[in-house]
Amino acid sequence: MTTIAATGTDLHAHDHHDADHKPGFFARWFMSTNHKDIGTLYLIFAICAGIIGGGISGLMRLELAAPGIQYLQGWASMMAGKEASLDEAYHMWNVLITAHGLIMVFFMVMPALIGGFGNWFVPLMIGAPDMAFPRMNNISFWLTVVAFIMLLGSSFVPGGTGLGAGTGWTVYAPLSTSGSVGPAVDMAIFSLHLAGAASILGAINFITTIFNMRAPGMTLHKMPLFVWSVLVTAFLLLLALPVLAAAITMLLVDRNFGGAFFDASAGGDPVLYQHLFWFFGHPEVYIMILPGFGIISQIVATFSRKPVFGYLGMAYAMVAIGVVGFVVWAHHMFTTGMSVDMKMYFTAATMVIAVPTGIKIFSWIATMWGGSVSFKTPMVWAMGFIFMFTVGGVTGVVLANGGLDDNLHDTYYVVAHFHYVLSLGAVFSLFAGFYYWFGKMSGRHLNEFLGHLHFWIFFIGVNVLFFPMHFLGNSGMPRRYPDYPEAFAYWNGVASFGYAIMAVGVLIFFVNVIWSLVAGRRAEDNYWGEGATTLEWTLTSPPPYHQFETLPVIK
Amino acid sequence: MNMLKKLLVLLVVLTAPSLAMAQPANPAPTPVTKEVAAPVVATPAAVTPVSPATEAAPAAAAAPKSMDGSLPGYTPMRPDYKNSVGMPKPKEIDFQEQFSDNGQYAKWINNTVLLPIITIISLFVLGLLFMVILRFNRRANPVPSKTTHNTFIEVVWTLVPVLILLGIAYPSLDLLAKQFKPAPANAVTIKATGYQWYWGFTYPDHGGFEVVSNMLKEEGDVAKGERFRTENDGPKLMASDNRMVVPAGVPLRIQTTAADVIHAFAVPSLWFKLDAVPGRLNEKSLTITKPGVYFGQCSELCGARHAFMPIVVEALPPEKFAAWVKAQGGTMPGATKPAPAAAAPAGENVAAPLAPAGAATPIDTVAAPVAAPTK
Repeated sequence: MTTIAATGTDLHAHDHHDADHKPGFFARWFMSTNHKDIGTLYLIFAICAGIIGGGISGLMRLELAAPGIQYLQGWASMMAGKEASLDEAYHMWNVLITAHGLIMVFFMVMPALIGGFGNWFVPLMIGAPDMAFPRMNNISFWLTVVAFIMLLGSSFVPGGTGLGAGTGWTVYAPLSTSGSVGPAVDMAIFSLHLAGAASILGAINFITTIFNMRAPGMTLHKMPLFVWSVLVTAFLLLLALPVLAAAITMLLVDRNFGGAFFDASAGGDPVLYQHLFWFFGHPEVYIMILPGFGIISQIVATFSRKPVFGYLGMAYAMVAIGVVGFVVWAHHMFTTGMSVDMKMYFTAATMVIAVPTGIKIFSWIATMWGGSVSFKTPMVWAMGFIFMFTVGGVTGVVLANGGLDDNLHDTYYVVAHFHYVLSLGAVFSLFAGFYYWFGKMSGRHLNEFLGHLHFWIFFIGVNVLFFPMHFLGNSGMPRRYPDYPEAFAYWNGVASFGYAIMAVGVLIFFVNVIWSLVAGRRAEDNYWGEGATTLEWTLTSPPPYHQFETLPVIK
Repeated sequence: MNMLKKLLVLLVVLTAPSLAMAQPANPAPTPVTKEVAAPVVATPAAVTPVSPATEAAPAAAAAPKSMDGSLPGYTPMRPDYKNSVGMPKPKEIDFQEQFSDNGQYAKWINNTVLLPIITIISLFVLGLLFMVILRFNRRANPVPSKTTHNTFIEVVWTLVPVLILLGIAYPSLDLLAKQFKPAPANAVTIKATGYQWYWGFTYPDHGGFEVVSNMLKEEGDVAKGERFRTENDGPKLMASDNRMVVPAGVPLRIQTTAADVIHAFAVPSLWFKLDAVPGRLNEKSLTITKPGVYFGQCSELCGARHAFMPIVVEALPPEKFAAWVKAQGGTMPGATKPAPAAAAPAGENVAAPLAPAGAATPIDTVAAPVAAPTK
């Protein structure tokens, strides 16, 4: 038993090792307490949610491909099972944008990055046998599943003008209170409650694991940067989500129990909701990107065969981003009628975030600089991430200016900005991590050629899809519009074409995954070679069911 | 950890002064008290009850006799399509042409200061990545260096962005100061009220009449005899039956509020966007430099017909504005105020509070019955 970590266990040997004793199917996947199995469940779940959320954006791009209402009424009729009115069709649009936002944020990016890769690799990287609270880990996952079902279910119950919650993912009052009668918004709120509770439990689990279960010799300043990123993210979750829970509970009170927190006619204030929401919402965007930063750091170091440049600066840049992320929230509210002093403060504070972000970008490049870089699939995704995140970051600096935001707020420029940092940032890091670790998780290699093909098609697709949105925003096209004036037709058509290209890329990804699972080459323990220095590469691929029963010692 | 220290210092400097968050938004009394000089000259056609939740806001139902929105002494200005004034241009990548001083300044800041900076930064990063690809690929550089620290360069890439940001902050904060310069006492006040899903423009300095503004539908989408959009009104989805008419070259005090949910009053060619929040009265000053028609669209998700409540601002030379006010039954400040009821001229077709109470409206906005157009 003492040499498991070093030699691993051959999964396919007929004599089962104790460390590899797996429970039966139901017990293993439905009552799981194993961090790797739960990580796998999270990844499968995130892929399913991503297909749904991405499919919804396909519906949106289809409708927006040309001016006029083409398909909405048909879809709304299908949902309702009867001929839908034009207003119900418009409401359907709002349901689509709401669902797309909530699904991608809460049920795709977060479960994949934190639940999936976090669960899989935080214990492996710190040399721990499992997470600190394995059963809590299990309930975190299943709460997320229930939350997702609740959210999907909300689309089938009345939500005001039509079926479903059409409030936008921000659920602004009073549109979400007096503006949306019917149970749909209540269901969506409960869904957020459950997803939030799941994330808080997960955050507690990660913090405890990272603080208490590091292998002997692994000090905080020796932790891999991915573990640092999950640690910072967990603190953001722990501090931000209760505020969201409070805000949406207040919505419930306003909706159902005669409350007036956000009801102006009874002394409440709708803008209060926005403050509460964005106090959560801004850290939330860092929750989505920080684990991605961590993944990119691991990959860049591995494929450059060089340790990360400026390790401490990288770690504390993430801490700085997390801290400053809590004091910039009202830049989402520049047009709500705030005072000039507030606007100046939030402009300046927001710009400050560019500094630690810049440190990260330059440190990644410095890590590659002088390295011996091999451009395997994860590395091209990481380099794509660095460039695309830079583009999304600099438009963030533009939006930070309260005076400029007076024009750009709630236009497609904002949509372009946050898709560059999320759809081309967080999602690129997800794919990078997937290509990096898939062999470790499954024991099979993904196909390099298909991986590169996926990258290039996806890269071109998302840029054709999202870059024209800057132009649309500049010339004034507002967000969340199912129809638009003729003048916006050209760039909308281009964007929809870009979606089609991107969709082909995603298709190649699934072909690659399925092909690899069936017929992929078996993965060695450390298939990336000498650049991969973190502890997961000392284990077999896939790792034994229980690893590190004798803790590794880090010198 | 030199750069960390600098970061922290910067943080403290920037966050300390205004962490105390007071939101001094002017508390509005009740959101939709209307100072209504309700001139009600009803014709039977106009009294058709309108089911609020499902049917269009009433002005559209109350078919005005004038099919082009004209009044005695006022004909709606034809938008300048040729130069795309106040409207988006096909295939445009830049901002719309700006018709306020602050708008021009803001556009200048973006196009002359920010856009070059962000383009250079992006290209710089791209260039470095290409250098890595060319010089540090495994074939060109088989033995990696072991450098992991260089304090000097870390300080540089911390300090240089700080300096760039300071350079951006100066014009940016200056723009904010200009945008928040209060309107002078004699500025013309217009209160824009967002309803689901149309706008009401009240003129408190001119007798308090309210102009109700609905999107004009296309010819095929309206009942026979109803007014539909023509090229004179504006582009599809952007034209409204009754415009928000204002004087050009004169400081305006734009106030926004809402009757039901949050809307946003936005006109891209004036660099103007201000949320219309129930229970609040937001205010900003604006001076439109040239007469013209400037189109905008609601910019805060407000329910089903969010995309179908455009804003049309028509800036007129002051004397034409005065004629329009007269046609609305209003008065110019300084003139003696006629009794409200007497103010309604025969050709009135826009002047009444036409708010239907949405089923889901938090505040009861039921107002006087629909005003009637007669000619």
